[in-house]
Amino acid sequence: MTENRQIVFNNVSKFYGEVLGVNRVSFTLDSGITSLVGPNGSGKTTLMNLLTGLIKPTQGSIQVFGLTPDDPVHFYRQVGYCTQFDSFPPGVTGYNFICWPLRLHGFPADQAAKLTAEALDRAGMAQVANRKIAGYSKGMRQRIRLAQAIAHRPSVLVLDEPLNGLDPMARAESIALFEALAKQGMHVIISSHILEEVDRISDRVVLMSSGYVVAEGQIREVRREVREHPMQVLVRCSNAARLASAAFELDHVVEAKILTDGQSVLVRTRDVEQFYLLLNKIVATGVVDIDTVAPADDDVNSIYQYLIGSDGSPT
Amino acid sequence: MSTSTYLAQAQKNLKEQPWSLYAGQIGVLVRNEVGRNLFSRRRVWVYFLAFIPIVFLLIRNIVSRGQFDGSVQDQTEALAVLIQLYYVRIGIFFACMGIFTWLFRGEVVQRTLHYQFLVPVRREVLVIGKFLAGCIVSIVLFEIAVLAAFYLFYARYGAAGRSYMFEGPGLSELGSYLLVTALACLGYGAVFLALSLLFKNPIVPGAILLGWEAISPIFPSWAQHLSVTFYLKHLCPTTLASTGFMALFTVVPEPVSPFLSIFGLCCLALAVLVLSCYLIRRLEITYTAE
Repeated sequence: MTENRQIVFNNVSKFYGEVLGVNRVSFTLDSGITSLVGPNGSGKTTLMNLLTGLIKPTQGSIQVFGLTPDDPVHFYRQVGYCTQFDSFPPGVTGYNFICWPLRLHGFPADQAAKLTAEALDRAGMAQVANRKIAGYSKGMRQRIRLAQAIAHRPSVLVLDEPLNGLDPMARAESIALFEALAKQGMHVIISSHILEEVDRISDRVVLMSSGYVVAEGQIREVRREVREHPMQVLVRCSNAARLASAAFELDHVVEAKILTDGQSVLVRTRDVEQFYLLLNKIVATGVVDIDTVAPADDDVNSIYQYLIGSDGSPT
Repeated sequence: MSTSTYLAQAQKNLKEQPWSLYAGQIGVLVRNEVGRNLFSRRRVWVYFLAFIPIVFLLIRNIVSRGQFDGSVQDQTEALAVLIQLYYVRIGIFFACMGIFTWLFRGEVVQRTLHYQFLVPVRREVLVIGKFLAGCIVSIVLFEIAVLAAFYLFYARYGAAGRSYMFEGPGLSELGSYLLVTALACLGYGAVFLALSLLFKNPIVPGAILLGWEAISPIFPSWAQHLSVTFYLKHLCPTTLASTGFMALFTVVPEPVSPFLSIFGLCCLALAVLVLSCYLIRRLEITYTAE
């Protein structure tokens, strides 16, 4: 029997009284980095709180590797959650903030100390660990929460806006850490407003709006599903006019625009596979030399714009 | 499922529980909470409630050195008034209100409860650990206060006081009051812990409870069983008679044996703790709604 290593949301809804949190969410997550993307109030934090058992679904079920928060002893060994709540027990030092939960995990003192040192080191907080958290900057508080979330070496790491308040250096270090953890086989689930970074690090995205999952999957797959917005492909070549002319002969090409440099064509097509076949044919004839071909809008930012819109409402 | 199958399943579940892990977790929780409650500037007023009578007694003893204002037996009456009317009804009541309601409600106010919900600890274990810590803090403080009060009442009588203490009923009286103090902390603690999980603002129900404890003697005997003071007054070595207007309405219930009083109060505390465990399992982290 194979071990269940998936996170499963099965028809999950959450209502706060009459206010909708999330509605009828169903998807499955494998290891790697998954980003939750959506405007404020779209239900990202609700989804994360549901996943980690801080709130309970009004209907449906959530399982992490077949476990639920009703079995906290096993569940919370697998899950680490860095919340958005910027609050800490009064008077606590960075070291004790991480070490104390490890003792509750059941680790003996020496092992808890070792894991604490390791987590502090990974989060770049070892130098200030013995200072009280009340004296930390916002970025340091963010990183000490991250250190606590990874200290017990969970298999699922849930991060609610983990890049908020971090300077560019710390942000780059955090992203490198997330990527390293994902490469080790961890499920890393991130919510972020910084779409460029989400795009760079995510294996898949879950787009949310007004409590609904608008789309989910690998970024390119999601982009291809958005059929009402033709895909854009940027081609740099030796003869832009000839390429644009050839492209226009295809039914699925809706636009072929020669850019001002005179050597690039931006093509909008409803069937990108067919367009790539055309490019192959053109290359084979030797009439046009192709320098680069790059999709221009299969990133999270474009998908967000197409599916959710700049005002945050579903389009 | 038949009863025997159900019982066998329950027995199997109990055997499979990691009891040593739970015990270790309770130990960690108790150490942490005791540190936060016993040695915190936030808790200065609990020290005040416990030791303000001691300060007054100390001042009285210093001012009236060598001048006795009554017999040793009068001191017994005064000690009964101090413990039964001040400590049990006011001092321990308000101290427990502050300590036990803050155990979870304080974490909600400070937005730190999620840290305790995100560790592999059963929520029932959290309740027990925090409750024990609250009991340790309140019992330690008020037992010290009762011991100090006892010493200050009788020590100034010199040989007569020592004789009352070691050859008379003194030690038994002291033991009874220490027991009453501990049980009061246990009973009020359990009730306030549950109130803090039932209500967002436990001050109002706390005030109602204070009123109930004060007027419960005028209710029928069965209703008096639902008050903490009912059990405690049967354990007190000196009975304080109701006086004034309230005496007209007081219903005197049948005497209860000390064993039944202790057992009854422990059952009451246990029932309320079970309710707290049920409530904590349903608690969600929605700080913005608090």
